[in-house]
Amino acid sequence: MNQTRIQLMLCGGTGCHSTGCEKVRIALLQEIEKQGLAGEVEITITGCNGFCAVGPVMVVLPEGIFYQKIQPEDAAELVESHFLRGTLVQRLLYKNPANKKIIPKMDDIPFFSSQVFRAMRNKGLIDPEVIDEYIARDGYFGAAKALTEMSPDDIINEMMTSGLRGRGGAGFPAGMKWKFAKEAKGDVKYVLCNADEGDPGAFMDRSILESDPHSVLEGMIIAAKAINSHKGYIYCRSEYPLAVKRLGIAIDQAKDYGLLGEDILGSGFDFDVEVYQGAGAFVCGEETALMRSIEGKRGMPIPRPPFPAQKGLWGKPTILNNVETLANVAQIILNGGKWYASIGTATSKGTKVFALSGDVCNIGLVEVPMGTTLKTLVYDIGGGIPDKRKFKAVQLGGPSGGCVPERYLDTPIDYEEISKVGAIMGSGGAIVMDNTTCMVDMARYFMDFIQDESCGKCTPCREGTKHILTLLENMCKGKGKPGDIEQLLELSDVVKKSSLCGLGQTAPNPVLSTLKYFRDEYEAHIFDKTCPAKICPDLVKFQVESDKCKMCGLCFKSCPADAITWKKKEVAVIDKTKCIKCMSCYDKCKFDAIL
Amino acid sequence: MKYAIYSQHPDINPEMWVDIDKIIAKWRHIPGSVITVLRECQDIVRYLPSELIVHISKGMQIPVSQVFGVATFYSFFSLTPKGRHNVKVCTGTACYVKGIKETINRIYGKYHLKEGGTTEDRRFSLEGVRCLGACGLAPVMVVNKDIYGAVSAEKVVQILEKYE
Repeated sequence: MNQTRIQLMLCGGTGCHSTGCEKVRIALLQEIEKQGLAGEVEITITGCNGFCAVGPVMVVLPEGIFYQKIQPEDAAELVESHFLRGTLVQRLLYKNPANKKIIPKMDDIPFFSSQVFRAMRNKGLIDPEVIDEYIARDGYFGAAKALTEMSPDDIINEMMTSGLRGRGGAGFPAGMKWKFAKEAKGDVKYVLCNADEGDPGAFMDRSILESDPHSVLEGMIIAAKAINSHKGYIYCRSEYPLAVKRLGIAIDQAKDYGLLGEDILGSGFDFDVEVYQGAGAFVCGEETALMRSIEGKRGMPIPRPPFPAQKGLWGKPTILNNVETLANVAQIILNGGKWYASIGTATSKGTKVFALSGDVCNIGLVEVPMGTTLKTLVYDIGGGIPDKRKFKAVQLGGPSGGCVPERYLDTPIDYEEISKVGAIMGSGGAIVMDNTTCMVDMARYFMDFIQDESCGKCTPCREGTKHILTLLENMCKGKGKPGDIEQLLELSDVVKKSSLCGLGQTAPNPVLSTLKYFRDEYEAHIFDKTCPAKICPDLVKFQVESDKCKMCGLCFKSCPADAITWKKKEVAVIDKTKCIKCMSCYDKCKFDAIL
Repeated sequence: MKYAIYSQHPDINPEMWVDIDKIIAKWRHIPGSVITVLRECQDIVRYLPSELIVHISKGMQIPVSQVFGVATFYSFFSLTPKGRHNVKVCTGTACYVKGIKETINRIYGKYHLKEGGTTEDRRFSLEGVRCLGACGLAPVMVVNKDIYGAVSAEKVVQILEKYE
């Protein structure tokens, strides 16, 4: 009988799935069969690898060779050349954009080499739908230790030592939260997992759920033991169907193995987990709103105190932790809190996962030790800004966060340091923006989002965000007035101080941080009626500058509204009555001829 | 069953009513299951007509106002008919930065379809949705269950034309 000689870890995350990894898998299987390598070469579909930008990706074990952008047509060459003859397929390997050098091994690629994997330690290494693969990587050892050897106090102490803080955004120490819930009186307590990842631009929780669902379940079992709870819910967005499916499989498998349900591992401890699907409301990421939603009500927050640790779901003591937080728990229990705290800064320990996206070369999911600078994140791991454009800002923390400009790129990733520069750690969305991004428009975008998602319960958030949005919209339309900036500042202050929940209290942050660093852009919109980045369509004139126009006709071809007339060797003309200001001509023009 | 009083509705046929009652019977004793019931019923009818909401409220023995409140609160639920193909465009930050606005404009230019609307022939519904978490592929569009990445304004019509 043949032994497996080569293991192909083909990424099956949402990114690679949409770029066609399934077809690649079928093509590879056929070729492997054809060359008589069945049994020698095995394909595993893994969760998200993280390097979504170059998908579909595949890692060949044991050497750790990284192939990118694989197409079904490449299967024959891969099998024949690499798996049969041992020659790597050069054209599918990663090429360093800086010096065009080929880097065959995954660990040597700068995108991966600066990362430290803890929450995502199993990503791309296991089949998320097979529990044995998780167990083989020390899975459920932490839960076993917690259930059989440790008392609730031991667990909480270990968590406190680790310094693990909530990865959902607020950064509250997880151990402390558990301690409060443990001390709360009540026979019935709940452990909740917040998988309602709502921040635009953040997708680390989805990725962890899709690539390593058992790590979250294990974290929940340990949390349950710490506070003596027997029922848990995972509140997952319905926008993540694959995550919901894999969680379901994971729960069933864990039950089969006696790792969930009654008398777990013979320890006499019972714990059951259920997946609850959200129905699309950003505010449900707020803990009290999330609990109302599980109760089948409108997901509106309620004032705290009482805190959920005293009175949460159905009025019972409840803890709510984010996916990434829970994914760290098992290793803390297994390796000790001191081990976890060995990396990081004075107040922020361990690692943080970021979803790097926007105008950056290497889009994807990265995990870095706390204390890494934003510069390392954007340039070393992210590979810098594409198309020779210039870096403008990195947006951290989504609609509750802020923009960090270039001069603060040396800021280390640390809860306190990041809030000092006007952003927040948030759930880990890091959206890089280049000089073609208009900051007023960006603030308008976030305010539009918040306004749409405000649940409407408290007045400052419901009305205040609406007025802020109107002011910003006017600016973008060229109707800004002197005094608008002052009014923005005043309104922001009121909304911040008097809103009921975190959504409203942080809602003005995108406005405040852009005003702080890019006030000149606001002024240009208001006083000069221009948009320096040429993003706001109403501030673009849509005129063709005749001396710059090279008469190429690209704008003519791109116009969806037939508003452009052009003939060969003639300057194009835009008919403003037909123009829908979609900007496609502007985007197409290579000569900046459209004003 | 007491609550099985059916109203005539053009979009709900008798088989659908049977399935709807099965869903209600399954969940009516479980507290907090309204959202699940609405979700499963919407999967059958594809939207939530007011007659259906009244029916669910009777079946679950929950005030109509409460069911209606839940159905209008969450963006997942639609109280208006949907097209045969549901087009979701991601309006998350990454997609926004990468130009989903142009894509939406192009869809409007071609099909006269606005966010939250349905074409007259009920071929497409267009929804602007919150971040789909596929930022690596921005701008992202989902048609029914197919995910499309890097959907530029140039590509979007070509993709949509595949759906009749």
